[in-house]
Amino acid sequence: MKSHDGKTLSELSPGNSGKVIRINTKGPLRRRILDMGIVPGIEVSVKGMAPLGDPIELIVRGYSLSLRKQEAENILVEVI
Amino acid sequence: MNTAQVLGGTEQTVIALAGNPNSGKTSIFNNITGGHQHVGNWPGVTVEKKEGKLNYKGKIYNVIDLPGTYSLGAYSEDEVIARDFVLKEKPDVIISVVDASNIERNLYLTTQLLETGANVVVALNMMDEARTREIDINVQKLAEMLGVVVIPTVAVKKEGINELIAQAVQAAGAEKKDPLKINYGKEVEVELGKLEAIIEKHDKLTAVFPKRWLAVKLLEEDENIYDEVKGYSGTAGLIKQQSKSIERLLDVTGEDTESLVADRRYGFISGAAKQAVTRRASTEKRVSISDKIDKILTNRVLGIPVFLLAMWGVFQFTFTFGAPMIGWIEAFFGWFGRIAGSGLAALNAPDLFVSFIIDGLIGGIGSVLVFIPNIFLLFLAISFLEDSGYMARAAYIMDRFMNSLGLHGKSFIPLVIGFGCNVPAIMAARTLENKRDRMITILITPLMSCGARLPVYVLFVGAFFSAHQGLVIFSLYLLGIILAIIMGKVFKKFLFPGETSPFVMELPPYRIPTLKGTFIHMWERGSAFIKKAGTIIFAVVIIIWFMSVLPPGVEYASRESLVGMLGSLAAPVLAPCGFGTWEAGAALVFGILAKEVVVGTLGVIYGAGEGGLVAAIQQYWTPLSAYAFMVMTLIYVPCAAVIGTIKKETGSWGWTAFTVSYTLILGWTMAFIIFQGGRLLGLG
Repeated sequence: MKSHDGKTLSELSPGNSGKVIRINTKGPLRRRILDMGIVPGIEVSVKGMAPLGDPIELIVRGYSLSLRKQEAENILVEVI
Repeated sequence: MNTAQVLGGTEQTVIALAGNPNSGKTSIFNNITGGHQHVGNWPGVTVEKKEGKLNYKGKIYNVIDLPGTYSLGAYSEDEVIARDFVLKEKPDVIISVVDASNIERNLYLTTQLLETGANVVVALNMMDEARTREIDINVQKLAEMLGVVVIPTVAVKKEGINELIAQAVQAAGAEKKDPLKINYGKEVEVELGKLEAIIEKHDKLTAVFPKRWLAVKLLEEDENIYDEVKGYSGTAGLIKQQSKSIERLLDVTGEDTESLVADRRYGFISGAAKQAVTRRASTEKRVSISDKIDKILTNRVLGIPVFLLAMWGVFQFTFTFGAPMIGWIEAFFGWFGRIAGSGLAALNAPDLFVSFIIDGLIGGIGSVLVFIPNIFLLFLAISFLEDSGYMARAAYIMDRFMNSLGLHGKSFIPLVIGFGCNVPAIMAARTLENKRDRMITILITPLMSCGARLPVYVLFVGAFFSAHQGLVIFSLYLLGIILAIIMGKVFKKFLFPGETSPFVMELPPYRIPTLKGTFIHMWERGSAFIKKAGTIIFAVVIIIWFMSVLPPGVEYASRESLVGMLGSLAAPVLAPCGFGTWEAGAALVFGILAKEVVVGTLGVIYGAGEGGLVAAIQQYWTPLSAYAFMVMTLIYVPCAAVIGTIKKETGSWGWTAFTVSYTLILGWTMAFIIFQGGRLLGLG
């Protein structure tokens, strides 16, 4: 589910930032993402990735959060 | 009404600690209780429950450490436990521990606690770290915004603890205040109003749940709360209004209610933070020490080598320092056995009684206690890695690989530890939040070839494969790993089906662990092992002793004893695997005590010393049957200590029996395939 004006968080390369538009998933994963502070409107930046290329590390609300690309695919962002 | 918990007839004031993982909650708990604590489990689950006592001005307070959580939702067992405790046990006061250097996300839990209407005191912890990162917090302002007392603390340096205790005690006796009311926006508020109006009429609901809190949870579509509400009679109307409200909000706002609620809650926090928090450092300048360390430790090229080096270091530490201590324990039990033996002989004690004391109790317990140094040292190393923040990186580094096997990044550590000893390995599986991941990890850990199996390999390899010792032993370790991968996939497919659990994990800043904290951590786990697994180990030890001396009058562990008979009985079953002798069968039965006991038992049975044993084995075994026997030793039935640990960690005799059975069947099958296959290839 891609939108024309945005990318998924998994598509951002390290060093890039984005503003969260929408979270396209349901159930526990969605709740977990929201609980960890990733809500629409918040700015996240990709800090890096694990040696094997996955998971990725994000900076959100001033702390480091890691998630798999598979999970990051559900987070739609506007590149900034 | 005062809702103090009734304990042993005397009312005690209950102080609960809530906070995010890595917020320093444990340090605060240790400081408040002085490190005197009792570790148990929450009813029905394997989540640790820590309780301690606070003696303040002549009064005893009961301090409960709630599991570390990010929210009061229903994402994990931990969250449900924390939430149920807050709502149903109604502690007199909750200390909400907040990491000042990561204030926004930490306050998310605090606001949820305040929304329940509980008496809350905020411990604004790690103030030193916030200062280093140039984050200024106006404590007074923050307290005003949240409407509660906020005490700045640095738990590892004991700063602010006395003030925190004084304020908590005071708040415990205070009148309950109104729950915090976050403005969820006009549209949501309208629907909340409708739900609250219905909830108000249900006395049974309002007895447990604060009405506004319940209305919010219903809008959030919290499954646990939904199920609970449905359990009360006469709530059909409320459920109907819930789905109507959710639908209407989706229509009007285009957003699902869950996001709306989380968004507003974080909005409230951002608002408070804007008033009370100033970040002096620019984003670039905030490149902290942690980031610099991470540049090396999670580096694309260096990350994995460094990780493997760390694991190697843990092993070196554990087994190098453990070896002499094991020697002391063995020497002690040997000495104790001799003293007891001559003492009992002087008293003319019956032979059977002497054997019970010396072979059964002292010998049996000694054979299990030799594990203790390794277990404690391994836990010390793990606690250090965990408290320093590296453990989260290890899971982060290994997740890709583990995920391809259908496991979680955090499963890697327990499995690696399994090469040392399966017991702490299975206990380390606790760090897995998802029950499915935890169970699979526990079930396959016994296939990791532990240190106690090595003496068996060394004996047989020395007798038959002296030219290729390393290679043969390595092949056994590799076989264990391959079988673990296969069984993991099988268990996941048939026993624990479903999607892989998500990997959304905080990478906490690196911190220098305190000596005291690390030791308390190690002691908790180590002593829990001795207490809980100890009883089961003891039972197995006693049973095997009885089997060695019955029927009355037989020579200890001889062919005529029950063990010998069992060995003879097993012989025809073991014959297709290449070792169909009563000696082999009996050795395997004794191996359940501890795998290295296989060697000692063969020594006793063949009546041979160290050198003679190799000759005896060369006489009765072939290279092929020896290899099949080593494979059997690797796989069949975990040792007593592991069986005890599995029971303790899964909380289920069913899964314990399952592990014993599947490893037995798998071990036999593999030995069979190797022996028969080898014969077909003309190796026999």
